[in-house]
Amino acid sequence: MTAPVPLCDRATAPATKACTVNPLKMSQPLGAALAFLGIAGSMPVFHGSQGCTAFGLVLFVRHFRESIPLQTTAMNEVTTILGGGENIEKALLNIHKRAQPAFIGIASTGLTETKGDDVAGDLRRIKAGHPELGMPIVYVSTPDYEGAFQDGWAKAVTAIVDSLVVPDATVKGQVAILPGCHVTPGDIAALRDIVTDFGLSPIFLPDLSGSLDGHVPGDFSPTSLGGATVGEIARIGASEMALAIGEQMRPAARALAEKAGVPARIFKSLTGLGPADDLFASLSALSGRPVPDKYRRERSQLVDAMLDAHFFFGGKRVAIGAEPDLLWAVGAWCKDMGCELAAAVTTTDSPVLAPLAADGVRLGDLEDLEAQAGGCDLLITHSHGRQAAQRLGIPFLRMGLPIFDRLGAAARVIVGYRGTRDLVFEVGNIFLANTHELRPDHDPLSDHHPPSFTAEA
Amino acid sequence: MDGLANTVQQVFNEPACGKNQGKGEKERKKGCTQALQPGAAAGGCAFDGAKIALAPITDVAHLVHGPIACEGNSWDNRGAKSSGPLLYRTGFTTDINETDVVFGGEKRLFRAIKEIFAKYDPPAVFVYQTCVTALIGDDIEALCKAASTRFGRPVIPVNAPGFVGSKNLGNKLAGEALLEYVIGTQEPEYTTPYDINIIGEYNLAGELWQVKPLLSELGIRILACLSGDARYREVASAHRARAAMMVCSKAMINVARKMEERYGIPFFEGSFYGVSDMSEALREIARLLIARGAPADLADRVEALVAREEARAWARLAAYRPRLAGKRVLLITGGVKSWSVVAALQEVGIEIVGTSVKKSTKEDKERIKKIMGEEAHMIEDMTPREMYRLLKDARADIMLSGGRSQFVALKAKVPWLDINQERHHAYAGYDGMVALVGEIDKALYNPIWGQVRRPAPWDTKVLP
Repeated sequence: MTAPVPLCDRATAPATKACTVNPLKMSQPLGAALAFLGIAGSMPVFHGSQGCTAFGLVLFVRHFRESIPLQTTAMNEVTTILGGGENIEKALLNIHKRAQPAFIGIASTGLTETKGDDVAGDLRRIKAGHPELGMPIVYVSTPDYEGAFQDGWAKAVTAIVDSLVVPDATVKGQVAILPGCHVTPGDIAALRDIVTDFGLSPIFLPDLSGSLDGHVPGDFSPTSLGGATVGEIARIGASEMALAIGEQMRPAARALAEKAGVPARIFKSLTGLGPADDLFASLSALSGRPVPDKYRRERSQLVDAMLDAHFFFGGKRVAIGAEPDLLWAVGAWCKDMGCELAAAVTTTDSPVLAPLAADGVRLGDLEDLEAQAGGCDLLITHSHGRQAAQRLGIPFLRMGLPIFDRLGAAARVIVGYRGTRDLVFEVGNIFLANTHELRPDHDPLSDHHPPSFTAEA
Repeated sequence: MDGLANTVQQVFNEPACGKNQGKGEKERKKGCTQALQPGAAAGGCAFDGAKIALAPITDVAHLVHGPIACEGNSWDNRGAKSSGPLLYRTGFTTDINETDVVFGGEKRLFRAIKEIFAKYDPPAVFVYQTCVTALIGDDIEALCKAASTRFGRPVIPVNAPGFVGSKNLGNKLAGEALLEYVIGTQEPEYTTPYDINIIGEYNLAGELWQVKPLLSELGIRILACLSGDARYREVASAHRARAAMMVCSKAMINVARKMEERYGIPFFEGSFYGVSDMSEALREIARLLIARGAPADLADRVEALVAREEARAWARLAAYRPRLAGKRVLLITGGVKSWSVVAALQEVGIEIVGTSVKKSTKEDKERIKKIMGEEAHMIEDMTPREMYRLLKDARADIMLSGGRSQFVALKAKVPWLDINQERHHAYAGYDGMVALVGEIDKALYNPIWGQVRRPAPWDTKVLP
């Protein structure tokens, strides 16, 4: 495979702008924190100023509508310059005393990376001096001024695999599933059902379906409400196979292969008929079992939905702003349904987007997306796109994170036959509700309706 | 950094601060931010506080100079409303990358300011310093000065990087930026003897609009609100007001005091929350304006309005009495609100089982005792676990707090109402207090509570 050409952005194309307007992107440590929240009894910590944590916390609280455990080393001007080792130590001891977590994940921030703290060294010293800190502590370097949310998530999962997975003899039927940050708790629950129905036993890392699916626990917990246990993570090394969802999970899958010899299959997407077929075919081959009748029926229902809905998708112009793997999952699916990807903006470089290069996908912000989305039939991005959609007067579908002005973000399912069918209905209904009807002042002699196909198509 | 360190020290020394008055020289020098506890800290940073204080200025561009975290993770997340311009809701950031960290971010910042003027044409750009750009030594003060000269419009440096301290300190540093660079730089088109400033009011959920019509009826003009629904020009000409009201007691006291010192504008500290407090605020405004030459009949007109509106409010509140009498409220909030809503709640017969005083001043606590009696249950600090226990044991019927503790109540299956910054309902003025009680009623009497507390069928003995 030849190396894909990096996406156009302001670093590679100096003529573009210096100011980001209406950010699409969020920072790496946030992605790392969310990955850590997919571990049971977890307490993520940002090594930075307390504001870094406060912003992240508010963002997740508004998206998930849940309490979010997230702590800070509370660095100030002086401790930053002197080095943060002492603050990390105090933070760990305080967290242990107050919350007794089963796992602590530490993500660095722009502040402490600029200073250049040796967190790994600090952690060795702290653990040696405090035997009471017996829980696994995983550190990941995630400067805010590099990459994006998705990169932070990927790095955190890789770090968890590197530090916690133990190589072991293969357990037949055990499957490791490494979901990307765009895979919702609802998606994970749906996948668990699917994989289990093939007689396989999945372990998800991270597993947000245990912690952030939105449920009422019996008692108060200062740490994450559920997720993959430290014991389960250790056992991942005994899996027959790893299924990684999203290109972002390739490094984590590679780490698992190197550490425990678990072979991996990367699914670029699980949304759409083709991607869902790939999933079910793989599970059938892996388990040696036929696809259960239930899913054969679901496939047939998806095909029927596509037939019913394609009238409303054909030729529609869609603008999407999303992180690379979500952009691929939704963008490629839109194209498969007959839509045109009129504008596509993403946050960080990824080889998964190479096939969309011809569609003009680029690194950018919501200002860029808005500039290109005029006259589109649908705008798809996270809740921050609401202002642009309103200004443009076009329908708006919230996808990604954060979604703070709608309910149920964590419960949405877009994977598999069933999830894709629901998405076909959801988007199809938006198109249906915004049909352009002919008006009596229509002028058939004017030529302002260009054909909806291009020469190459 | 020396300039910033001086400003911080000066802000800590604020003589008008209630807490400071009780401190000795040495204590004062230490500053008023409690040392943040690593691993046990909550709350925003100084940058957050500065942004909260200034972002409600609606027609300017708010440009955050730093990595994506500071703006990308937080923009457009507050409910400050505008009656006109919407530019304040556009997120601008230099989104610096590693190259900028190594070589400095000033060039990018300058270009960003240029782009904003070219594309959005705002009357001014506010530039917010952050930790990383402060650490690498970007001199935003010098750069903003150069940019102002170059582009012929004000470019205001707001030097409150997150790591200098808490949100509260950030509020004050934002105030310093206004005093240093904005207030007094323009003249109002005209002035009246009825011109006031309102300081520390952010028009969250549109609360200013619950108060403004009352002022208008009295002929009182808000010359500038700092900073809810404000325009740059209004803030720049705020020095011509005749009197000022400081709303949120600790947020911008330095602004109120220094404006008194520099421009002779007297101020008082008041609240728009609660029926009696609203009336008290109107009376104080009138008193200060009359002292500065406004016609004396203003006082009579205030009394007439107060009598009318109080009667109307109490009559509307009385309707809730039969439904709310005896209900127990746990009030977890800060400062002024810890006592200002209590009177209204008590009026409808609600019992306050506890009120938090973590952010309250000595006077706040005195007021609580006055309203609730000596045995008032004042909560210094309550962990979420203790809060959960209290609610789970049904020692309160509803909790009023900020969004942070929302899920502590909901997971205990206890009604909850947001009374902090992220709330969607406006609770100011006479109208607002009726609205608050109405929301409490709606929350308490929602039929879901009976349903969600019912055990699952498999947890009852009926099922095998």
